[in-house]
Amino acid sequence: MDYEIVIGLEVHCQLKTETKIFCGCSTSFGELPNANTCPVCTGMPGALPVLNRKVVDFAIRAGLATNCRIVPNSVFARKNYFYPDLPKGYQISQFELPICLSGSLEIEVEGESKTIGITRIHMEEDAGKLVHPEDEFGVSYVDYNRACVPLLEIVSEPDMRSAAEAVAYLKALRDVMLYLGITDGNMEEGSFRCDANISLRPFGQKEFGIRAELKNMNSFRNVQRAIDYEVERQAEILDEGGTVVQETRLWDAERGVTRSMRGKEEAHDYRYFPDPDLLPVVIDEEWIEEVRNSLPELPAAKRRRLAADYGIPASDAEMLCADRALADYFEAVVELAGAGQAKSAANWIMVELMKFLNEEKVGIIACPVTPAGLAELLGLIADGTISGKIAKQVFATMYEQGDNAPKKIVEREGLAQMSDAGELAALVDEIITANADKVAQYQAGKTKLFGFFVGQVMKKTGGQANPRLVNELFKERIG
Amino acid sequence: MELFECSLEELAGMLAQKEISSVEVTRSVLGRIAAVEDRIGAYLALDEAGALAQAEEADRRRAGDEGVTPLTGIPIGLKDLLSTRDFKTTCASKMLADYRPEYDATVVTRLKQAGAVLLGKLNMDEFAMGSSTENSALKKTVNPWDFSKVPGGSSGGSAAAVAAAEAIATLGSDTGGSIRQPASFCGVVGLKPSYGRVSRYGLVAFASSLDQIGPVTLTVADAALLLQAIAGVDPRDSTAVATPVPDYCAALKKEIRGLKLGVPREYFAAGLDPEVEAAVRLAITQLEGLGAEIVEISLPHTDYAVATYYLLATAEASSNLARYDGVKYGFRAADCDGLKEMYFRTRAQGFGSEVKRRIMLGTYALSSGYYDAYYRKAQQVRTLIRRDFDAAFDSCDAIVSPVCPTPAFAFGEKIDDPLAMYLSDILTIPVNLAGLPALSLPCGFSGAGLPIGFQVIAAPFAEETLLRVAWHYEQQAGWVGKRPQLTEEEV
Repeated sequence: MDYEIVIGLEVHCQLKTETKIFCGCSTSFGELPNANTCPVCTGMPGALPVLNRKVVDFAIRAGLATNCRIVPNSVFARKNYFYPDLPKGYQISQFELPICLSGSLEIEVEGESKTIGITRIHMEEDAGKLVHPEDEFGVSYVDYNRACVPLLEIVSEPDMRSAAEAVAYLKALRDVMLYLGITDGNMEEGSFRCDANISLRPFGQKEFGIRAELKNMNSFRNVQRAIDYEVERQAEILDEGGTVVQETRLWDAERGVTRSMRGKEEAHDYRYFPDPDLLPVVIDEEWIEEVRNSLPELPAAKRRRLAADYGIPASDAEMLCADRALADYFEAVVELAGAGQAKSAANWIMVELMKFLNEEKVGIIACPVTPAGLAELLGLIADGTISGKIAKQVFATMYEQGDNAPKKIVEREGLAQMSDAGELAALVDEIITANADKVAQYQAGKTKLFGFFVGQVMKKTGGQANPRLVNELFKERIG
Repeated sequence: MELFECSLEELAGMLAQKEISSVEVTRSVLGRIAAVEDRIGAYLALDEAGALAQAEEADRRRAGDEGVTPLTGIPIGLKDLLSTRDFKTTCASKMLADYRPEYDATVVTRLKQAGAVLLGKLNMDEFAMGSSTENSALKKTVNPWDFSKVPGGSSGGSAAAVAAAEAIATLGSDTGGSIRQPASFCGVVGLKPSYGRVSRYGLVAFASSLDQIGPVTLTVADAALLLQAIAGVDPRDSTAVATPVPDYCAALKKEIRGLKLGVPREYFAAGLDPEVEAAVRLAITQLEGLGAEIVEISLPHTDYAVATYYLLATAEASSNLARYDGVKYGFRAADCDGLKEMYFRTRAQGFGSEVKRRIMLGTYALSSGYYDAYYRKAQQVRTLIRRDFDAAFDSCDAIVSPVCPTPAFAFGEKIDDPLAMYLSDILTIPVNLAGLPALSLPCGFSGAGLPIGFQVIAAPFAEETLLRVAWHYEQQAGWVGKRPQLTEEEV
């Protein structure tokens, strides 16, 4: 039987603040265990939380960028449960009154766009991390460096109807958060992680089916695979007349299955109540406006604008907008090189430049070729000073040596294209004379030989002859 | 008169005049402790060497006239739930019997900056839960006036130490009366400031929305001096407010003629000991004699205060005490098989029965399905109680009442009847629920020779009014200087 798939996502997004949400400790990653801790984030008796204003700022940003209503008086609540990575025995989160409510996000799947509802966004603190050394049996350690690091939890409506939609939503959401500059969005390191609620129902049925919650999917691919697996698993149960158990299941990427956590997480009563140590978060219109005015252009708008303003294909715009900095780079190049160079700039960035960046696994921020350098190079191609092939050589020099003066490189290395018609004509005549037999064959219909003649000239000139001119000269002489 | 018998104000005067040194005062108090502590049991830990070193430092500060305050060189004791860096802070619990904080509470920092001499840590009910100090897991403290009677609680050590002259002043904490009730049982002055007046940073939390740190002293002026040193905004406590701290000492002597004092009829209801009622009524008459106008008022939701308090305080406590799990610090049960067993046994063995009772009550009140009926309802009633006071302060400047329905009771009298123990807090609890400042001061003795306390309550952040009324009464009544008889020489 065919079922309608219903998916809702809960995303935890780690915020890129300098300090933790309730104390002054650093949020930097990779320090020695418990180096970034103090009495507050280790839950020492008597220590009290004080809210980091930057976290509220970031939450408002996230809310505005996803069309949420900003709640003027949101409240922190305690979520009570015991676990060694949770120093206070409760997590400070938000419950009844989160900072953002009822937003939405546009996604696009196979050319169709769709709006996914966002139920709420709330602020909370992360927990620490347990360390179980392999060589010490029965001993575990706790590292509280991550405890009290700020998170946003972004809860969607159960609006997604396929794994592809879920992945599209997740990608779109991550792009937005990256554009806002509030997270590093690293899924492998867990700074952008999601849980998925999945249920099936017969088409046409109004009520939702019983859902399972999937955890532990640390890449887009794993989200897709896990949901696909889970849909199949639930369909099998329903086909056999069985009932899906409402539970939390862990995705096992190695074996490609989801596994029940066997009631470990079942029926928790978190006994939420307002945290008496923190005052309600009061946000006035002025604050919201201040944040609104500082919002950057968001990915969807940028894609549309790039395609429209520069006349580049939608697919190019999408690729360039995958990274805000890459899109900015593109715009800077076009600004300098002229609007006529937009398509060429897009190609150079997506092919040549990305090749180098990917090899070194660095982002556009670390690119040694500046927009000005690339723009100048594009100019040299456009005015015929160098060919596209030579340009790649020049680009390699620019990238490797961090030299952003391509004109000087061309001069220094004598790479300028031969565009002198007289000089080239002499060479062309020389080739025709030396290959009289081949010319005859050509004129008898073996047209493939045309490339051979051009190639001979290029060889003689070390690739510097202007290929367009050489073509013309041969055409004039041998037809 | 010995130095240890003097008030903070008197000693500050003599120190300022350089008639005496802090080392002399400190030695005098330490000598007194050596003489009587065996019988009183106020201290959980004494820091003799540290105190003398701080006294020497205070004398140097005075000699060099560097940052001298009225507290410079004054020996002060701390309730053992105020975090002291590298010095045991036990909360009178087995759970924290060996716990040494890595930081000072804000009030401790402020006392150190003021140059006070910190003597040591004082006994209390475990995690401040109790009204008799009988819930201390570590020590028994007696009432210096009658060793068969409790000193009150939870700040029993703080009150007994001042009454027995084992400290010039002390700090306690008050969640439902824990400063005022022991102060009244021990015949000293106890001040619970407005919620938000004193930073709670470093105060080991019992019920965060109710806890306040405050002074326990011999006189009202001493309470003003000590409050002055600890009050004020703190970037480490979001609930400590920025309202400016006035000059409390300057406020004391302002006339009270024309002040309206409200007498809540609900606070003189059945169950009030006739001797207590008589002493308090007499005090009210004396205030009237000083020119205050007495008006009868009503606080209609008083009857709900105890129930409301025991829902909210226990709910918060159940969460605040979750951190004592054996993972990071404090007691951990030995030889546990796995995490769950470590949690269960650590908390079963580490906490005393009253603490466990309150954790269970609070857990219940917050549980899904009960939250609306208990926690949420209690918050709503709390608002009504607060409104009672708001309305009352429309027709009076301060409220006067008894502190506790009876004088100090005997050991064992109520310990097996939690409800009777909880009900003895009926006159102090509403103040905490409303976040108000209130002060307890002596107003006489029972026939059996036990002190009786008198409570003055003011509007939020009106500590000045409170202190002013109390000071004028104190001058008039002449109870100051009455001390329990503890050593042969005093006979």
